[in-house]
Amino acid sequence: MRLFYVGWKFHLKSLTLSGFFILVSVLQPLVFATIAFYMWKAGKSPGTLLYVALGAGLMGMWSATLFGSGGAIQWQRWQGTLEILVAAPPRFLWTIVPLTLATSTVGLYAIVATLFWGRVLFGVPLDLEHPALFVLALPATVLGLGLLGLVLASTFVLYRHANAFSNLLEYPVWLVTGLLVPVSLLPGFVEPLSWVLAPTWGVRAIRESALGGDPLAAIGMCVLLSAIYLGIGALTMANFERLARQRATLSLT
Amino acid sequence: MRVWLRIFFVGGLTSYRALFGFLSPAIFIPSLLVAPVFQVLLFAYIGRSAGAQSDEFYVVGNAIQYASIPCVFAMTQLISEERQNRTLGFILVSPAPRLALFLGRALPVIVNAWFVSAFAFAVGSLLLDVDIQGSAFAPIALVGAAAAFSCTGLGLFTAGIGLLVRETAVLSNVVFGLLLVFTGANVAIEDLPGWMQGVSARLPFTRAIEAARRLADGESLADVAGLVAAEVLVGTIYAVAGFLFLVTLETQSRKRATLERA
Repeated sequence: MRLFYVGWKFHLKSLTLSGFFILVSVLQPLVFATIAFYMWKAGKSPGTLLYVALGAGLMGMWSATLFGSGGAIQWQRWQGTLEILVAAPPRFLWTIVPLTLATSTVGLYAIVATLFWGRVLFGVPLDLEHPALFVLALPATVLGLGLLGLVLASTFVLYRHANAFSNLLEYPVWLVTGLLVPVSLLPGFVEPLSWVLAPTWGVRAIRESALGGDPLAAIGMCVLLSAIYLGIGALTMANFERLARQRATLSLT
Repeated sequence: MRVWLRIFFVGGLTSYRALFGFLSPAIFIPSLLVAPVFQVLLFAYIGRSAGAQSDEFYVVGNAIQYASIPCVFAMTQLISEERQNRTLGFILVSPAPRLALFLGRALPVIVNAWFVSAFAFAVGSLLLDVDIQGSAFAPIALVGAAAAFSCTGLGLFTAGIGLLVRETAVLSNVVFGLLLVFTGANVAIEDLPGWMQGVSARLPFTRAIEAARRLADGESLADVAGLVAAEVLVGTIYAVAGFLFLVTLETQSRKRATLERA
């Protein structure tokens, strides 16, 4: 637990000092929230601006997780700390999980930023239907996205241009997980895809606790998917470590 | 003149290939072909959900606006990476004419941005089944070229700022976000507050997006010629300002020995 807490806190502070992560988790969601606010104001469909603010916040959380976790191992390589982490007595998995969870935790800045922005500039009311469940939905979403980040970290490392791959996945996941567009509006084949992605359930949990509904099922799905991601991540991370040791490629970029 | 042209064409292309690395399909395809198509799709579906505008509105707006990724990122990186790779000093100590040196770097960027924009427009239109008359494609392509030129002018300016700050990727992303909000790519200019409309009028893309939408609606190139000319003028103003900014920074860096400091 101490290893987990210290690692998570260290990476959270480190990411907070990065201009890029502040951009991704604060400025970028505000840009998308602003556009979406004006689109809804100009549009004919009914819809609450709180729905938009929460969706834009989750967009920032996904971006922070995607870029932070997707490039996690590569960054450790560039900084020369990868060998030290792999050689340390604790399993490599338990040193990477706090990092990927820290990337999704940084995404909480996005939710705070979009709610604040919506309140101050657009007068979005912050009346939460189920405040206690909202407080529960946030860590469940962070956990879901953070452990999805573990899967990304252990698989993106096989792709030499992880950043380009992250660029590839940013918009599609925003779209198919229903962050700003209901999944029912998308072509039918998209819905099953959305079920296996934690942001789908995270945004449902947060929205239903804020706007009304039953968020418990979505919170449960976040926890269930987290367990599945952890299992997949443990396997793929062990595979990465084994191959890197066998081929002596641990420090090769 | 021959030397000037050689520096302009060969120097620009070499610099682009060496420093930006966009000739690698592993980077080019996800970042500059797939991502803009999904940007078009994302906003088109948000538009449908909000009941705001037609799919055509978002296809045209986002296809043109996404040219800012190659324009702003490429121009900013081309200059700042020269410094990072310790080659900026060699370039600036050479007697090469500065106009050919900097504008040469802009030409491949314009061509690349135009291609990215055209690809996003074509694929976005196909996927969303947007009905645009065949005769409108060539004029829209011309407007796309004007937009790419105009934004590359802005990129030349941000390249100058890139010599003053460390986080050039953040800078380029901020510019991209501002262009996404203010140029009318996703929200009609008349739906923005007055002060935002004032900002829109001073940015690249605003007129090009409006011109391309009117062409897609069936108007002729002659009808939108004024908008296209204004777009080119905005780009020229940014390019001149950017060039002067770069030359000023070069002079200052010689005086204060700050060329490789950010």
